[in-house]
Amino acid sequence: MQALYAQLLVGLINGSFYALLSLGLAVIFGMLNIINFAHGALYMMGAFVAYFLLNLGGINYWWALLIAPVIVGIFGMILERTMLQWLAGLDHLYGLLLTFGLALIIQGVFQNYFGSSGLPYSIPDVLKGGMNLGFMYLPIYRAWVVIFSLIVCIGTWYLIERTRLGAYLRAATENPTLVRAFGINVPRMITLTYGLGVGLAALAGVLSAPINQVRPLMGENVIIVVFAVVVIGGMGSIMGSIITGFALGVIEGLTKYFYPEASNTVVFVLMVLVLLVKPTGLTGRAA
Amino acid sequence: MTAMTDDSIPATSRAVHDEMIAFGVMTAMLAIVPLTGIYPFFVMQALCFALLACAFNLLIGYGGLLSFGHAMFLGTAGYVTAHALKVWGLSPELGILAGAAAAAALGVITGLVAIRRQGIYFAMITLALSQLLYFIYLQAPFTHGEDGIQGIPQGRLFGVFDLSKPTVLYYVVLAGFLGGFLLIYRTINSPFGEVLKSIRENEPRAVSLGYKTDQYKLLAYILSGTLAGLAGSLKVFVAQNASLTDVEVAMSGQIVLMTLVGGLGTVFGPVVGAFIIVAMQQYLSGLGQWVTVIQGAVFVVCVLTFRRGIIGEIAHFFRRSL
Repeated sequence: MQALYAQLLVGLINGSFYALLSLGLAVIFGMLNIINFAHGALYMMGAFVAYFLLNLGGINYWWALLIAPVIVGIFGMILERTMLQWLAGLDHLYGLLLTFGLALIIQGVFQNYFGSSGLPYSIPDVLKGGMNLGFMYLPIYRAWVVIFSLIVCIGTWYLIERTRLGAYLRAATENPTLVRAFGINVPRMITLTYGLGVGLAALAGVLSAPINQVRPLMGENVIIVVFAVVVIGGMGSIMGSIITGFALGVIEGLTKYFYPEASNTVVFVLMVLVLLVKPTGLTGRAA
Repeated sequence: MTAMTDDSIPATSRAVHDEMIAFGVMTAMLAIVPLTGIYPFFVMQALCFALLACAFNLLIGYGGLLSFGHAMFLGTAGYVTAHALKVWGLSPELGILAGAAAAAALGVITGLVAIRRQGIYFAMITLALSQLLYFIYLQAPFTHGEDGIQGIPQGRLFGVFDLSKPTVLYYVVLAGFLGGFLLIYRTINSPFGEVLKSIRENEPRAVSLGYKTDQYKLLAYILSGTLAGLAGSLKVFVAQNASLTDVEVAMSGQIVLMTLVGGLGTVFGPVVGAFIIVAMQQYLSGLGQWVTVIQGAVFVVCVLTFRRGIIGEIAHFFRRSL
């Protein structure tokens, strides 16, 4: 039973990353009509920025949680301003190809300097150790990742669905021209949205640094799984992305316990099943 | 929404005339390669990728479907052909047939799933499906995991042509490429191809005219996958191995890049693009990971400034169809 609970926890942690990443993808897709293939590379950048902050600047984990997403977010906004914005009005697929190219560049540069092996990032002292819950041993850092991710996800949901800024954002997704007529600077909102989505990816990167080590290719496979998560959940709903992300992480964790050979493939198999039963995704509407 | 391909030049008799001349020039140039002293293995490898890119282009350029998982056909056919030759001891022609048949079967299965969504979702689904296959091949015993299948016997095609001789192998690969190329050319200029283009331009209208667009898309997908499989089977004879690199996402990305550089939706663009990218890898192989960075940069430059691709730009400038 111990092993089962341990795998469930691993599943919840992976689910946190899937949720943060698919949430960002959904927000970006809503405003920019672009599937951000560079999301995995920016997730990796978040982890690397945290690593640099600690080893070069002596800035600890807690500040990195704040600073790394901001730095990567600004980097993302520069990408949006200099490149992505020129794709407005073109076929969606060009955005996918451009961001795929960006992912190759970013990952290639990091691989050149850091190879393919992992760099260690230690858990902050406060979160070291664990608690014995009686039925399992719970490492504090892992519990922290799940809880903190949940708070960030729900915070993002609240920002978009319940605040005035979020209302502007949703309105601009529906009809940008009309929203501009009301005097709202939609291009600036698009840039900020991209920065927000990218910042969420970088945050996931910082959270994962102490667990998965910091590796140049850490985002390469994750992004494809997140694509499958997005296909399963549909990109129409913020809450849908969050729930699907966590749920698939848990299912993956359970698979690792009951049938480990399929743990790499279970998300993709589920995607196929969902497509056969409900092609628009679980929360999606017909295009 | 602007379509991904430039179709301002209508298919007229002049267009067919231009394309025939270009085809004649291409065939003549490829036919004399063994006489010129150019390293034949480089050209053979490029020809396999050219066929692969042409097959991919049939989907994106004429059907508007971006498959981000075409490496799965290359890799599957490669593994099946390699296994058939080495373990079952089949003759080369049967090995190629088995590889292409496996790719066709894979096309039916994955096609039925993937065509349920359009546009961007189609790309993500094909990508996920190819990743699913990657993990299956990583664990399946017959692929030998990280090592791949090595030391594959080349044998005699139809019991006559000795494929271990580079010149013979070259003309066999060339014949395979030209056969696949002509089949694709015939397809895009057939009534079926016209319906496919109409689906690319406006699917709801094609539906309203009574076309069962899903069937057209599925058929195009299976044809494209089978020809990509043929390329994978031929590649086994050239490289004499079948490995996981042929199923990786990076390979699917390269197929997209070749077609994009040459020109999406042009007849000869994928061929030119394949030669450029294969040559680039050959000459830059000493640079290590910088090759990835350069490929990424080519992607970015192409998408931002050069969306018609090389052949597309030439055709547009001279107002010709190529």
